[in-house]
Amino acid sequence: MHLAYPAVLAVLLFCVGLYGVLARRNAILVLMSVELMLNAVNLNLVAFDVWLRDTLHAGQALTLFTITIAAAEIGLGLAIVLLVFRHRGSSDIDRLTGLAEPHGPEVPHGPDATDARPAPAADDEKAEATA
Amino acid sequence: MTLIALAALVPLLPFLAAAAGLLLGGRAPGFVRPLAVLPVATSFVLAAVVAARQGTGAPTDGAHRLTVTGSVPIDVALHLDGFSVLVAVLVGLVATCVQLYSVAYLRDDPRYPSYAALVSLFTSAMLLVVYTGDLMVLLVGWEVMGICSYFLVGHYWETETARAASIKAFLVTKLGDVPFLIGVFALASDAHTFRITGILDAASHGQLHHPTVVALLLLAGVAGKSAQFPLHTWLPDAMAGPTPVSALIHAATMVAAGIYLVARLLPVFTASAAALAVLAATAAVTMVGSALAALAQDDIKRVLAYSTIGQLGYMAGALAVGDRDAAVFHLLSHGAFKALLFLGAGVVIHAAGTNSLTAMSRMGSLGKRVPDAMWTMGLALAALAALPPLSGFFSKESVLRAAEHASSGDTAHVPSAVGWTVLVAGLTAALLTAGYATRLFLLAFRGSGPDVADHGRQPVVMTTVLWVLAVPTLAFGGLTYRELPDWFGGAPLGPTLLTSVLGTGLALVGVLITYGAWSATTATRGSVPVGAVVAADPDAEPALIEIEAVATHEEIYGDIAAADDPGDPGRLLLGPLHPLAAHGFRLDAVYSALFVRPVLAAANLVRFLDREVIETYVRAAGGTPRLLGAAVRRAQNGNVQTYLSALLAGAVVLAVLVAVGG
Repeated sequence: MHLAYPAVLAVLLFCVGLYGVLARRNAILVLMSVELMLNAVNLNLVAFDVWLRDTLHAGQALTLFTITIAAAEIGLGLAIVLLVFRHRGSSDIDRLTGLAEPHGPEVPHGPDATDARPAPAADDEKAEATA
Repeated sequence: MTLIALAALVPLLPFLAAAAGLLLGGRAPGFVRPLAVLPVATSFVLAAVVAARQGTGAPTDGAHRLTVTGSVPIDVALHLDGFSVLVAVLVGLVATCVQLYSVAYLRDDPRYPSYAALVSLFTSAMLLVVYTGDLMVLLVGWEVMGICSYFLVGHYWETETARAASIKAFLVTKLGDVPFLIGVFALASDAHTFRITGILDAASHGQLHHPTVVALLLLAGVAGKSAQFPLHTWLPDAMAGPTPVSALIHAATMVAAGIYLVARLLPVFTASAAALAVLAATAAVTMVGSALAALAQDDIKRVLAYSTIGQLGYMAGALAVGDRDAAVFHLLSHGAFKALLFLGAGVVIHAAGTNSLTAMSRMGSLGKRVPDAMWTMGLALAALAALPPLSGFFSKESVLRAAEHASSGDTAHVPSAVGWTVLVAGLTAALLTAGYATRLFLLAFRGSGPDVADHGRQPVVMTTVLWVLAVPTLAFGGLTYRELPDWFGGAPLGPTLLTSVLGTGLALVGVLITYGAWSATTATRGSVPVGAVVAADPDAEPALIEIEAVATHEEIYGDIAAADDPGDPGRLLLGPLHPLAAHGFRLDAVYSALFVRPVLAAANLVRFLDREVIETYVRAAGGTPRLLGAAVRRAQNGNVQTYLSALLAGAVVLAVLVAVGG
């Protein structure tokens, strides 16, 4: 089989995934799109492994790794999406803009104000521990 | 114990006392007074023992090289000869008296521990200067004295006067010390040693390449330290410090260090006739000018300060005519009676509640309140005026004799013009000195008017110290002028007929003229009351009364130095010169116009440049990234997909660039 077929298929898969990541609103669909992109990469890995006749089959081994990590990642990602959905009642990525730069005057966060509190508590704990 | 080890102990003891006093003073108040007095007294005794053992023998040298210091070695060296041991005894005596006196004078002062420690440190530094045989070690003591003087003049740093005076004293003496340091280096590079004996060897063999330059550089430091024209202006202002400090540092010892140094290095100076001429001119201007200024001062301590400047001028004059024996002789006797005068002035200020002679001249019975001060100060003033048979007479005559000797061209290396300058200035100053001494005595102790408030008996320690110092004032000169040449290894110091008749005659004339002027103005004094006396608590410690008197003098009399008193005999004698003399011939104003204002203007310019020009760049450097940041911040809208799109676009652009470029 000519290398062009898997390569073109991988490009198509990757572009579908990319479109999904950039354009879909639902967080779960975005995750699925990420999986598509990963699998496009996997396809490339296997195809080039064969084409290069690699005796160690590094491409195939790396594919196994990628699949494993993708499984773990999707587990974590779905858990986060689930929690976000429970918390906000929505998994619409357009509305999840908590990382945006807050507008209006900046409130300086002095490190002293936050650090002052825990220190006595730690002392209390130490005192209790020694008592 | 060897003589050198004994001599090393002399400066070491007060130094240890100072260190202990500074460390423990706050924690163990009970030890402060013994720690202040006993080590200094012990080192006085040791200095006397050293003097007795050294005697008239050949100079004793001891040196220890602590470490290798490159090209020119620096040794911790002691050099004991007649000059150093006798000056050390004087320093020990005055320091002991001052420490004793301070115990009573500053009895309630909260800063007494640090004060006493600094006085000890000062004593130690002065003894080091006196004993040392190495110019670098001498410089260490020299600078330690300077910083001690700064701290002690500023002892009452709550008052503006004291703060300004301490800074002025420090800066003016430093102005002289910088050329001095360069001079020391130049001297050492010619002689290849810092040891004084080595330098004197080099000087006598003509190995100094630029004796005039070196001597003039050294003279700058000497003029600063010994308050010679034109660097004398700090000394009258330094009277803002406590009286014992004025007695120790600004009358008897530190200001004499410059004279002592020239005496030690005299061959370097005699190698250059120009340096001697400059020294003589400086001394002459100083003698006459300071005596005129002293005649116009109102503050009793400023009179004494100007008189110190004048007497140092005598010593400088003696050095200019190449007679260091006479200079050190006058240094010794002057140290004793001037310390006595200052300590007596402290008692008088305490009893009168003011430091103003104008106010004292309106007080009856001040002399009866403090009889000890009156008698001892009378003796010391007579010594200052060089009336026989007091010690000041013999020492001053030795100076005049040396000048007369040089004026006839009999002294090697010394031009006769130098001798004439010193002789004429010395005789003029003798007349004026007698005048202001008489004026001081009459105004302070022979006033008439309402009785001064009774402040009770003066502390016994203070009056005892006065009598102790009265002994050398009375007898030192007469008893020792025959012995001293053996110690100094020089020419006889006894008075000659011509100069003693001239000097004493002029002094008597001065006394009589001033007495006449004083009698003539008695009526005026009676009719013009100037009754401003500080209302300090009579039971307060003496120092408090003094600080208040100094601080309020300007607002009561309108000036720190002078008072507007038509009944002042000095005003009658000086005539139109009086306002000038009262302000030290406006030298301060000249310096202010020449140096202080340009420096302040330059500082303002620098501040302007810093604030308005340099800071603009700094602000721009900070502001530009902030503006850029604000622009970039708008892109951060929280939508992850937008970020990724931008990332993709960037990656594509890069890839295209690489593809096209590569």
